[in-house]
Amino acid sequence: MSTLLNGIAASNGIAIAKAYRLIEPDLTVSKQTVESAEAEVSRFNKAVETSKSELQTIRDKAEKDLGADKAAIFDAHLLVVSDPELLGPIEDKIQSEGINAEFALKDTADMFVSMFEQMDNEYMRERAADIRDVTKRILSHLLGVQIPNPSMIQEEVVIIAEDLTPSDTAQLNRQYVKGFTTDIGGRTSHSAIMARSMEIPAVVGTKEATSAIENGDLVIVDGIKGEVHINPTPELVEKYKQEAAAYEQQKAEWAKLINEKTVSADGQHVELAANIGTPKDLEGVVNNGGEGVGLYRTEFLYMGRDQMPSEDEQYEAYKAVLEGMGTKPVVVRTLDIGGDKELPYLNLPKEMNPFLGYRAIRLCLDQQDIFRTQLRALLRASVYGNLKIMFPMIATLGEFRQAKAILEEEKQKLMAEGTKVADRIETGIMVEIPSTAVMADTFAKEVDFFSIGTNDLIQYTMAADRMNERISYLYQPYNPAILRLVKMVIDAAHKEGKWAGMCGEMAGDETAIPILLGLGLDEFSMSATSILKARSLINKLSKAEMEKLAESVLQLDTNEAVMEAVGKAVK
Amino acid sequence: MVEKTFKVIAETGIHARPATLLVQAAGKFDSEINLEHKGKKVNLKSIMGVMSLGVGKDAEITISAEGSDEQDALNTLEETLTKEGLAE
Repeated sequence: MSTLLNGIAASNGIAIAKAYRLIEPDLTVSKQTVESAEAEVSRFNKAVETSKSELQTIRDKAEKDLGADKAAIFDAHLLVVSDPELLGPIEDKIQSEGINAEFALKDTADMFVSMFEQMDNEYMRERAADIRDVTKRILSHLLGVQIPNPSMIQEEVVIIAEDLTPSDTAQLNRQYVKGFTTDIGGRTSHSAIMARSMEIPAVVGTKEATSAIENGDLVIVDGIKGEVHINPTPELVEKYKQEAAAYEQQKAEWAKLINEKTVSADGQHVELAANIGTPKDLEGVVNNGGEGVGLYRTEFLYMGRDQMPSEDEQYEAYKAVLEGMGTKPVVVRTLDIGGDKELPYLNLPKEMNPFLGYRAIRLCLDQQDIFRTQLRALLRASVYGNLKIMFPMIATLGEFRQAKAILEEEKQKLMAEGTKVADRIETGIMVEIPSTAVMADTFAKEVDFFSIGTNDLIQYTMAADRMNERISYLYQPYNPAILRLVKMVIDAAHKEGKWAGMCGEMAGDETAIPILLGLGLDEFSMSATSILKARSLINKLSKAEMEKLAESVLQLDTNEAVMEAVGKAVK
Repeated sequence: MVEKTFKVIAETGIHARPATLLVQAAGKFDSEINLEHKGKKVNLKSIMGVMSLGVGKDAEITISAEGSDEQDALNTLEETLTKEGLAE
């Protein structure tokens, strides 16, 4: 009996595979007395041995699949699971107090965790996370429940999760993960963005994926319509196999445009660039004919780990991206953390309104050691390609001036040290705060470029939290209020001879593209998988006609009216 | 019992990878092996013990071993320390 779940189509394509639940089981324990402490100790030792051999297997596989540096974390886990100073006190506790192994383990491990967490050394605090992870593993064996080991997946699967965090996605092997579906999230949540950058089909916000889908269920993820079918009938599987084939064929059609320029029907060129999160995404950019990288989200370098990436580590990543793109432009956004993207090791307090709070450039200007390290890494890498640096969440000209001054200081320092830095590095800003859009004419005199971040610009202009599903109707990219702001930014840039791009979801949207082309947008940056489709669309549009269309929709009254007008004009 | 004193020369001191290597090496022997620094003694087979010492550059450390394979153990650990450029 097939079941249907509806959600939000987050990443195109169709996946048919077995379900793999990426869900933490309940590991709560309570204190109990046991009859035989001897038996309890031996039960504990058995769980430790099982954990040890499991970790050894995971370690070896991680080394083979992901490399020695990713395996190192499991080396550390192996030492913890064999540590006499951890195991001894637990055994003593079981024996002296006659209590259950679960509680003795939890209690002892918690003590070590808090001890290590209080140390003022980054590396020590990282060990606290190791102890916590190892404790979870031993506990799972004591309790007879399974904890997911995503790095051990050996067959094609569809991942089922409440939500996917960056550290979850970092462990996923693209070879086996065919698609995923989550309970929460929308088109612009992290899991959706990741799915598009990994080029795997995804449906998010199904509300009940984790409660409706069991491990091993056959699942179809229809990332085009936003549907998830659980244990489908053979007929439905057949139908979807055909649809998947048709989709592949359509993709093959688009693929012919890979090496073509993006030119409108009346011969006007615009640039189609890609949004990426890691150097690994470059393959997708090249395969989809990206003319540059319009947004490199550097925060993924900082996420899913226990301490800041070093300057050298960042340098290597930036260098890889710049070299990979050759002479094509690469716009790197400096650290945009805060909001929905947290870094546990920064120990930032919870905020009432994280999207309006201490994040991105605000944090970087305050904690300058973090910012300067990143800028130095970028400057050092600048000689390997066509680097442009972009500051996120700029609300005032003062912030931009300060950020640029710090960049200049680091550049001078590096040059004094004899390090080579590219002569000219364009420096621009994300326009995502209405105050900056309104003041674009003033900004345009000082910045080298604008890139409009529509996800946040819409959220801030409409005062609508984009994570809140109950007000998702206010996510209105075609509302004339948004379009007028976009026009102000583009016009301001052109007046000063600068360029304007867009790196939000809207840049790859079929309804928005005709308007944006008409408004004169120079660069469209989107998920790599949207590029060829967008190119095929722009090839058919006349820029002169779209200018007229844009002018007329700016005078309309609602989001819906604009959609209708575009629908009529572009068949 | 055998023991020997070393001076740490590694920039980062004895944590991270060096600590892992030492503990892995010590774990191969039956003898009881300890690491002493500034009067505090910990089990060298315990990663958490070694790390809690916080041994930095230029620190003096003493490694002692007691048991059936004590000399072997001390030699191996000395080799690890010098080969990895951790101490002299």
